[in-house]
Amino acid sequence: MHEYPITQRIIEIAQEYATKNEATEVKVINLVVGDYSGYVASSIELYFDIIAEGSMCEKAKLNIERVVPKLKCNSCGELFIRKPFSFQCPNCNGEGSPTEIGQEFYIKSIEV
Amino acid sequence: MSENKEIEIMQSVYDKNDEVAARINSELTQSGIYAINVMGAPGAGKTTSLIQIVKRLNDVTPYVIEGDIEADFDTKTLQALGIKAIQINTGGACHLDSPLIGKAVEDLGIKNGVLFIENIGNLVCPAEFMIGEHAKMLISTVTEGSDKPYKYPLAFEKADIILLNKCDLIPYIDFDEDFFMKGVRALNKTAPVIKVSGKTEEGFDKVVSWIMDKLNA
Repeated sequence: MHEYPITQRIIEIAQEYATKNEATEVKVINLVVGDYSGYVASSIELYFDIIAEGSMCEKAKLNIERVVPKLKCNSCGELFIRKPFSFQCPNCNGEGSPTEIGQEFYIKSIEV
Repeated sequence: MSENKEIEIMQSVYDKNDEVAARINSELTQSGIYAINVMGAPGAGKTTSLIQIVKRLNDVTPYVIEGDIEADFDTKTLQALGIKAIQINTGGACHLDSPLIGKAVEDLGIKNGVLFIENIGNLVCPAEFMIGEHAKMLISTVTEGSDKPYKYPLAFEKADIILLNKCDLIPYIDFDEDFFMKGVRALNKTAPVIKVSGKTEEGFDKVVSWIMDKLNA
């Protein structure tokens, strides 16, 4: 449920940049959402239409690029997607550590 | 129809929360407060652990901000023990965020001591939001099971100290400590894991000595 306020913030940021660039309408919002960001892409989409109504973003298409979290192997450096209940590297069986990949949550760009 | 013009933004959507968190953190530091964000599942023993910790703080003043979706039982329990505590009810929201904490910190009017911010009972969302804390304390329990680091990796990754509570129950349940520790250490190389029991009170001296080291650092 915490997607509601964050979706408001996405629209605010998009409008701020559109206004700065003398645009009257936002056509596309390109958003990057990691699966470990804590935000569910489909919930953002759901709220977006409701919140954007009557705003510059009303007709905007929301492109959400999802990022699957990856671990980095401590031994061979391989970046890999972990299997449930395991942190083992598929390449060398070493142990993986968490990375920032999958924790992203930012607006990449807008199109006006 | 004209071509779309792309405007690069690259701005985190957490920005507002993180800005406020950084401001709260620096204000707390200036007031001589060390703030600990206490996270854990519902029923992990967050409040019980806080009581055990506070009892051992001696001359350090404790303050508590209690986050709950509803009700103020925990705050009343703490206040009855003479602890300066304030309640935040989020009315459904699953985590505390910085603006909520900013207001509570002002209301509490605090100086020199340790501030415990007891987050909403939830192993997911609280780990994602900075709220101005200096450290994150995760309370996990043997009764939740040894697979928790594997299922809720972010909470274990972000923790600065991990309490493994209800350890007096280990003889009665199938808790695989090696599997638990393997998961914790894959995610987090540095956080101490301290076995505690709110019932028998064991382990809390070690927790308090960790806090004192941080305070005196």
